[in-house]
Amino acid sequence: MDAETAASFRDSAARALSDPQLRANFQRAMDGLMTKRLAQFPDPGDLRDLRHLSTTIRSRSLLRLPELLEQLEVNCTKNGIQVHWAESCEQANELILGILQSKGAKTLVKGKSMVSEEMHLNAFLEGHGIEALESDLGEYIIQLDGETPSHIIMPALHKNKEQIARQFSQKIKDAKYTEDVDELTALARKVLRQKFLEADAGLSGVNFAVAETGTLCLVENEGNGRMSTHVPPLHIAVMGLEKVVPRLEDVAPLYAILTRSATGQAVSTYLNLISGPRGEGEMDGPQEVHLVILDNGRSRIHADPQLRATLRCIRCGACMNHCPVYTRVGGHAYEAVYPGPIGQILTPQMEGVGARHDLIHASSLCGACAEVCPVEIPIPAILIRLRREATHEDVASKVTGKGTGRTVSEDWAWRLWAAVLKRPAVYRLATWFATRFGKALPASAPLIRNWTQSRTKPVPARRSLSERMRAEGDTHV
Amino acid sequence: MNGPKPEKVYFYGTCLVDLFFPDAGMAGIQLLRQAGVEVIFPEGQTCCGQPAFNCGYWEEAREVARTQVALFPGDLPVILPSGSCAGMMKIHYPELFHGQPDEAQVLAFSARVHELTQFLVDVLDVKLTDLGEPVKVTWHSSCHAVRDLGLKGEPQALINQLSNVELAPLAREFECCGFGGTFAVRHPGISAAMADDKAADAMATGASIVLSTDGGCLLNVQGTLEAKHRPLRVQHIAEFLWERTRGR
Repeated sequence: MDAETAASFRDSAARALSDPQLRANFQRAMDGLMTKRLAQFPDPGDLRDLRHLSTTIRSRSLLRLPELLEQLEVNCTKNGIQVHWAESCEQANELILGILQSKGAKTLVKGKSMVSEEMHLNAFLEGHGIEALESDLGEYIIQLDGETPSHIIMPALHKNKEQIARQFSQKIKDAKYTEDVDELTALARKVLRQKFLEADAGLSGVNFAVAETGTLCLVENEGNGRMSTHVPPLHIAVMGLEKVVPRLEDVAPLYAILTRSATGQAVSTYLNLISGPRGEGEMDGPQEVHLVILDNGRSRIHADPQLRATLRCIRCGACMNHCPVYTRVGGHAYEAVYPGPIGQILTPQMEGVGARHDLIHASSLCGACAEVCPVEIPIPAILIRLRREATHEDVASKVTGKGTGRTVSEDWAWRLWAAVLKRPAVYRLATWFATRFGKALPASAPLIRNWTQSRTKPVPARRSLSERMRAEGDTHV
Repeated sequence: MNGPKPEKVYFYGTCLVDLFFPDAGMAGIQLLRQAGVEVIFPEGQTCCGQPAFNCGYWEEAREVARTQVALFPGDLPVILPSGSCAGMMKIHYPELFHGQPDEAQVLAFSARVHELTQFLVDVLDVKLTDLGEPVKVTWHSSCHAVRDLGLKGEPQALINQLSNVELAPLAREFECCGFGGTFAVRHPGISAAMADDKAADAMATGASIVLSTDGGCLLNVQGTLEAKHRPLRVQHIAEFLWERTRGR
């Protein structure tokens, strides 16, 4: 337990826990999302089959990843989409800046993209004099306050309508105070509509990239994705390199399970299949489409057969919707681009397991995340693996920061633990003392204090089960 | 799982039951005996090794686990009054010992592991006669019993056999109580928030006892309820079932 590295999550989580409004906002939203998801899967057998199919598609895609990415590049290029590769976020940012500058673009409207959050693209572009405006309503709301997303698909989940009403009335020019959700939405729409028409370029994420057809699929509900990708003369799409699937028919099951798992919708309002710039004689669509494919540690994750499962993720957010920790501390407490259970396995693999040791341990391993994951990512098992990586320097492992979370005190604690428990005679002695004198242990002793700050002190029984069985002559040596 | 009923079983107490809930361990043994099964309780039991395994200290976990597996050489079912420890021995030992020289021996052991209520219902098909006063209880599902072991209402089925017991549904029954082993100590604030909500949900049922299969959940919920001076009692299901049926 490294107090220094654990500080950031611990402090943010403590702040979040002491904010009853935040807690209420998340609890209400999560209860609703869980109910809506469940309503979309009335038959457990159907759900099992769809999850199995989706897992298979994603696993097989990852097994053939290099080949599929090459195929995607070839077919995108055929379609007139210009493909760029970026190993790091810095490279990806520079690439995008270069594309924008080559067209003299000064304004960019963005559909929702978590990869662009990962790149901290907005701040980078603003540093170079380019306005990057979020057009997803949730993203727009948090951008007004200079915040980051607290959820990967509902970025403004931490705010309720009263908070948004106050914010809009203060930050949007000529906006009257209203708590009416439709009026609030109309306010944002009015601002954004003008921006769509004026923007020099649009940027979007990618939900699935189809290798055989060179098609970029974009799932959304607000139409802002379609506006961002079709109205401005230039469209730049960014994706993590794991997003590729072999065939167009693979999209149908993944799409079906994505919307149901994410928001409890059978279909989203929009599903955009983008297969190139405006063709000759066509009336609309951008003149240029670029695809930036980002690695940022994904190849390293891919190289490990167990950790590779992390890349199956289709970013539905169901793991966070069902996580008892996430629902109590909210997304910002994780101090990471990707919060919740998926973030807890992804962030440490990107930033280093030692540096994010606190995140890896912020789970009771209850398994609710893995139970609902549409692509069956064994999140608890990966958390345990990463806990091991953080404190052990396995030679064969490629995990970043391996062994750097190790502390002398924890090492000795487990050594002592094993020394007692592998020797029944020593354990017997220890339990004898615990049963006789455990009561006398002060509630303020280290570690015990962490337990007793909200609970009574656990008091051992007067005689252990083993001792009683021995006394009754019931044990077998 | 319905084959011929075994005549003999091993009982593994688990460290939390050994130290904090010995009555539950005794009761589990009595329930098995009541069902006509001879119970062997090998000397030398300590801990299944789960805390070290979950924290990534697998060498230490294996050292302890090996000493425990060695206590159960006979080809008999091994019964545990805990979903979490049974999950460790049944589901996670095969991972922990993957590629180890004694992997085959451990796999054979894991296949014999059963959680108590699952064994009482699915293998022994026990019939209980309620001899107690009317009481209202509620049930907390342990995460590992449900998600690791796949318990499908066996404990509730046992409770429902008791004619004088009313089982009140617990809101968010499948949500973790916040114990999580070292999690409760590493992240005490979050753990406490979860435990507080569980305690509040339990209070809201109007029941006088919260039952569960797991010592960890019991310690956590009991400590939280006591700190708030709530009159609600917490009890291991084995102890409750034995008290109701032994006809004292």
